[in-house]
Amino acid sequence: MLAKRIIPCLDVTAGRVVKGVHFVELRDAGDPVEIACRYDEQGADELTFLDITASSDDRGILFRIIEQVAEQIFIPLTVGGGVRQVEDVRNLLNAGADKVSINTSAVLNPQLVADAAGRYGSQCIVVAIDAKQIQPGRWEVFTHGGRRATGFGVVEWATKMQALGAGEILLTSMDRDGSKIGYDLQLVRAVTDALEIPLIASGGAGTLQHLVDGVQLGGADAVLAASIFHYGEYTIQQAKRYMAQQGIEMRL
Amino acid sequence: MVDIAIIDYGMGNLRSVHQALRTVAPTASIMVTDDPQEILQAARVVFPGQGAMPDCIRELEMRGLRAAVLHAARTKPFLGICIGLQMLFEHSEEGDIPGLSILPGRVVRFASNLCDAQNNKLKVPHMGWNEVHHANHPLWEGIDQNARFYFVHSYYVCPQDAQFVQATSCYPQPFICAVARDNLFAVQFHPEKSQGAGLMLLKNFVNWIPV
Repeated sequence: MLAKRIIPCLDVTAGRVVKGVHFVELRDAGDPVEIACRYDEQGADELTFLDITASSDDRGILFRIIEQVAEQIFIPLTVGGGVRQVEDVRNLLNAGADKVSINTSAVLNPQLVADAAGRYGSQCIVVAIDAKQIQPGRWEVFTHGGRRATGFGVVEWATKMQALGAGEILLTSMDRDGSKIGYDLQLVRAVTDALEIPLIASGGAGTLQHLVDGVQLGGADAVLAASIFHYGEYTIQQAKRYMAQQGIEMRL
Repeated sequence: MVDIAIIDYGMGNLRSVHQALRTVAPTASIMVTDDPQEILQAARVVFPGQGAMPDCIRELEMRGLRAAVLHAARTKPFLGICIGLQMLFEHSEEGDIPGLSILPGRVVRFASNLCDAQNNKLKVPHMGWNEVHHANHPLWEGIDQNARFYFVHSYYVCPQDAQFVQATSCYPQPFICAVARDNLFAVQFHPEKSQGAGLMLLKNFVNWIPV
């Protein structure tokens, strides 16, 4: 049967992998190409790169990183950050990305999701959603790295993105991001149950049990994590073995 | 003459396929091409495909590539990937359109109410790494039984003739994920994104001499 996926996420700025807490307080975690190769050897099922500054200077650096990674690694690569038009999608795919994730621009211009999916296929369009809890059982979509509220409910937004052609949803809890206290399981469950397309849970993984909970309690199809892998706390192999021991179908 | 032609009909990104073939065949000349002449002359042909099958068929026709694809599929080592597998059949539920009719059979969609053994909803597209139960064929050489390959698709093929079936996978029911006939081999998964097992299959294709 189909395995659940572990996706390490590399937040990249100025050619380095960094990780923050609640989207701020960035800490250096190393060279993106080296880290990508290490995760590939450890059995990562996919890799995600997020260009977290997405300035024009950094863009060239990001393209070179993606090109180098795509030459050496033969698992799916997702790249996001600063995708504003169909042209940006094309450029990232040409650099070697297999999927492109769209976040803020999907809110500013939902037609971009439809146009990009129409042109390149739903399989390569991931819509990333940053969610914040606004009251019990209710979450709102935020943009611009979590600084701006949109007024959209997360479940409604995710199903709208699916209808426009998103192939997958990457759902990040802003309340949990970098906190290491576990995914917002209620949020994950609410969104995954409303979707036909796969959901990647993100934001808050601090232990291997959190990854298990994301799948078993949250119902996620894939789990994304950064800090627990970047600083050597766990290898991806350890994470996959642990999840398999808990009865989750994994690629070992 | 190129050793391997990757057919480009404007649908999606062929860089991954190109890169993976270059890795397993570093000395071969490999070309991404939409030129029917080049496809006719190439020693081997790879027929990839992404997106929706109606768009793929339309783009293929618009570029005048149908005849070159049909010729290659009958005469030389030919590898179809993903929609490049689905297009070989007679009909697809996706858009309710005819395919290239190189193989008898149809393409159908996964049901939308699938559940696993724990009663969790199974998402469509079927996306991720799944086990492949394969038959005996030179392209499976060195690949473990039940090795995992990377899939992303909502439709799958139902060949009319069981003798062409080369592999199955389960979601949750068994479905056919590879077929072969003479010089032709085609897979639903993405070997170019399936790490070691995928590269092995591509390497086997590059070295394959159909009998």
